[in-house]
Amino acid sequence: MSDKKIRVMVAKPGLDGHDRGARVLARCFRDAGFEVIYTGCHQTPEQIASAAIQEDVDVVGLSCLSGAHRYLFPAVAKLLKEQGADDITVVGGGIIPEQDFQLLYDAGLKAIFVPGATLASIVDWFNTNVQPRA
Amino acid sequence: MYFAAEVLASSSTLKQKWEDEVRKSVAKVADQKPEHLWSTVSDLKIKRLYGPDDIKDMDFEQDISYPGQFPYLRGNQATGYRGKYWTFRMFSGMGDAKTTNERWHMLLKEGQTGLSTAFDFPTLMGYDTDSPKARGECGKCGVAIDTLEDFMQLVEGIPMDKVTTSMTINPPATALWAMYCAAAEIRGIPLTKIGGTIQNDMLKEFIAQKTLMCPPDPSVKLISDTVEFGTKFVPRWNTISISGYHIREAGATAVQELAFTLRDGMEYVEDVIRRKGLDVDEFAPRLSFFFNSHIDFFEEIAKLRAARRIWATAMRDRYQAKDQRSWWMRFHTQTAGCSLTAQQPYNNVVRTATEALAAVLGGTQSLHTNSLDEVLCLPSDHAVQIALRTQQIIAEETGAANTIDPLAGSYFVEALTNEMEEKAWEYIHKIDEMGGMVAAIEKGFPQLEISDAAYLYQRQVDANEKIMIGVNKYVTAEATPIPLIEIDDAVETAQVARLQAVKRKRDGKAVKKALDDIKSACKKGENVMPYCIEAVKSLASVQEICDVYREVYGEYRDPGLY
Amino acid sequence: MERVKRIKAGDVRTASRLIRNLEDGMIEARSTIKHIFPLTGRANVLGITGSPGAGKSTLVDGLVESFRKKEKTVGVLAVDPTSPFTGGAILGDRIRMQRHAEDPGVFVRSLATRGALGGLAKAVGDAIHILDVMGKDMIIVETVGTGQQEVDIINHSHTVIVVLIPGMGDEIQAIKAGIMEIADIFVINKADREGSSKLRREIMAMLDMAPPTAFAAGWRPPIIRVENAFEPEGFNKSLEELSSTIEKHYQHLVKHDLIGSRIRRKAVMELNEAIRTCILEPVLNRLIADGETETMIEKLINKETDPYTLAEDVAKRYLKDLNL
Repeated sequence: MSDKKIRVMVAKPGLDGHDRGARVLARCFRDAGFEVIYTGCHQTPEQIASAAIQEDVDVVGLSCLSGAHRYLFPAVAKLLKEQGADDITVVGGGIIPEQDFQLLYDAGLKAIFVPGATLASIVDWFNTNVQPRA
Repeated sequence: MYFAAEVLASSSTLKQKWEDEVRKSVAKVADQKPEHLWSTVSDLKIKRLYGPDDIKDMDFEQDISYPGQFPYLRGNQATGYRGKYWTFRMFSGMGDAKTTNERWHMLLKEGQTGLSTAFDFPTLMGYDTDSPKARGECGKCGVAIDTLEDFMQLVEGIPMDKVTTSMTINPPATALWAMYCAAAEIRGIPLTKIGGTIQNDMLKEFIAQKTLMCPPDPSVKLISDTVEFGTKFVPRWNTISISGYHIREAGATAVQELAFTLRDGMEYVEDVIRRKGLDVDEFAPRLSFFFNSHIDFFEEIAKLRAARRIWATAMRDRYQAKDQRSWWMRFHTQTAGCSLTAQQPYNNVVRTATEALAAVLGGTQSLHTNSLDEVLCLPSDHAVQIALRTQQIIAEETGAANTIDPLAGSYFVEALTNEMEEKAWEYIHKIDEMGGMVAAIEKGFPQLEISDAAYLYQRQVDANEKIMIGVNKYVTAEATPIPLIEIDDAVETAQVARLQAVKRKRDGKAVKKALDDIKSACKKGENVMPYCIEAVKSLASVQEICDVYREVYGEYRDPGLY
Repeated sequence: MERVKRIKAGDVRTASRLIRNLEDGMIEARSTIKHIFPLTGRANVLGITGSPGAGKSTLVDGLVESFRKKEKTVGVLAVDPTSPFTGGAILGDRIRMQRHAEDPGVFVRSLATRGALGGLAKAVGDAIHILDVMGKDMIIVETVGTGQQEVDIINHSHTVIVVLIPGMGDEIQAIKAGIMEIADIFVINKADREGSSKLRREIMAMLDMAPPTAFAAGWRPPIIRVENAFEPEGFNKSLEELSSTIEKHYQHLVKHDLIGSRIRRKAVMELNEAIRTCILEPVLNRLIADGETETMIEKLINKETDPYTLAEDVAKRYLKDLNL
């Protein structure tokens, strides 16, 4: 019997170690029935893209609170694209000012979650916008 | 016994009457929410009322006493804030050294009384701006420092013998403190005249903030080096700021913050005694602490009061310190970044003011108040000014500083203080049983306790059991536009160019020798500080020094406990 | 077949997608395995198991490093349990191995146990084939050794390493029966901790009780002490010892012609798994889909019949040649 699950990678690019949000989300996704691969802190965009492909995830969730999202998030999206994996959905969260949203959407991110986003709303977004691939 | 028998007897009768009254009223009109939701932000259950029987077992002399007297529940200083307010110390740093130096001069002009440095992530992690790992990070959430040249610019025009400077720096603390010492020497100020703090608390990094470099044991060794060096040569410097702030921000409860922070402090004390053979009274007076002040007003006050009493007891009884200055817990407080919301950001001013008042009523010696826009970006000048004014209003308008520890004797506050202390000791003893904090960290104990608390809190917010105004109640659809500041990506290019220019002009051989000296000191177990000062003077970079540590001690990677 | 060609060329995307499809139980993925199977048998497969918190992932990370130094390519399959309450899982083993993420000579894939109808051992067995055909020299399968599923998974490997740590109480008892018996190497991890020599004595005592015939061609499982990973020097030295013991065990298998017995063990597993997949699962699925399962359960509850009669009846309908 086919038993498909959404596979999510929760990743922390860059040097920022504030992982409260990432870890809370990892647990929340598990409780929503997803399979979650958490990378831990201090990952380079290259490490994240490569791991996402090896793990064949449906979506990569990037968390960054240091302000370096302007470089790091687009870098992950670009690497995935270069490696023929732009079907992997990329979303981001953290301390991200609204004025940066467009830049991130233009880079290929599909959603940005900022402080105050409820767990339920994030899980809803995933369930609506991400399909477990076949 | 705290009360005479007749007081307790009459209290018991009156309490009975009150309870009957409550029962009748509640039967008519139910409370607004169920019993278990009347709790602190950390989920500690709070009763409808506290009375004499809640504190009847206290001993006045043992447990409360007077300011400047054991157990220092009511403060270390006999004079309270009348002699001196707390230090208004705003954490700041952004872009390059020049920009931060300008902000510092602005803050001093506005009445700030101490400096506090935020470094950018490459500096915090011990990487230079030109490292591939540093891409996109330069100057983003603090100032970028690569070599002593940057540092000299940072302290340009700052009276280093008068203003104390705090530096939030952990794994590379030896390198950055060496720069401060070298800068002072170059400007002709003796080390005995400079004062300030380096955060230099690695245990909380493993537990909470994940600014990681080497494994726990050598990390603690480097910290003990700074304690020893400070004790001998830089006596006005606080060489560790044992921090609960980040533990709390990572999602810990107030009790966890209190317990883990104090147990970290004990771990450092034990290490310095064991490794350096110093007498506890030689260095303990220079240990300082750093707490969070969260939104639950009384819980925070109780936490800070309990912290002083636990520390005094531990220092006197557990480590046999004789000097009362060793018994003092001196601490800086920062209002809670995690209590702020991106929604309706002006509400953050109110939150910060409330938290700041709690810190003052808890008897803090130093305070940073967050700016309203910090949940969105680096704070703007205007937002920083409001935050600083908040402290000044509390100090000079509200009357909160008139009298010492005004909440002492409150049935509720004393009972809550006792409860926090009791629960903190439970944790401390549990960690003792595990073999100490380093062993507990290796087992993942504090990390997982915090994860559990963080997840629970988030689910309570989701379920509207814990309220965040603007997030899950009184939500408004429209965004409030506020002016944001942005660090230009060009700062990175300029900083890389500056670093490369320094590398071209410096004496390569001298740098290599200085770094080799640090390496051999590490291998022999000698104190690295004198060698670090020489190295920074030769213009060795932060990363070059840290690379030596990584090579000798190995690199610690986030075990990613969740 | 294009897909097989790409996997042979080491294409990560194709390989990881195929593993996903196998995990998801997609029937068309099987046909690729049919083409891959004849090409397999080159890689050395290590199984690493032990209780939660024994430090397996850190050990695997260290082994990957030491194999890479010897210029061997490595594939890792890390299995973590699915939450029985939510069906979700946090697959956390990878975190310890992320430093190898960019190394094209290393492929790490996390799998969740999922729990439904077994099947995991099959997916892992097939994934081993895929990594083998990708050209990985060493394949490491890491799993918690506490359930039957995990025992089955470990049966896919040539060398089985059981990881224990001191000071966890009755450590040996906690490991699923069936694992201790197939261990080829024991590792006492975090050996600087108190209780390390006691644990060693316990393992020795257990091995002493085994009949000599239990040790194939005289291989008595060695016990390797691995130092705390926080002490890089001691840890790396321990890993060198472990990796050379793994090599020795492999040589032992080759020298005494025992490798065949391991291949046989895997073949038995795979055949059983495949039969279950191709026969039992479709039958069960059909019964569920037709609502027949419910009807049968009702009958059992009401004591109208017994499970054997029902099963024999199902067998008669679906398995024509079975002489019942």
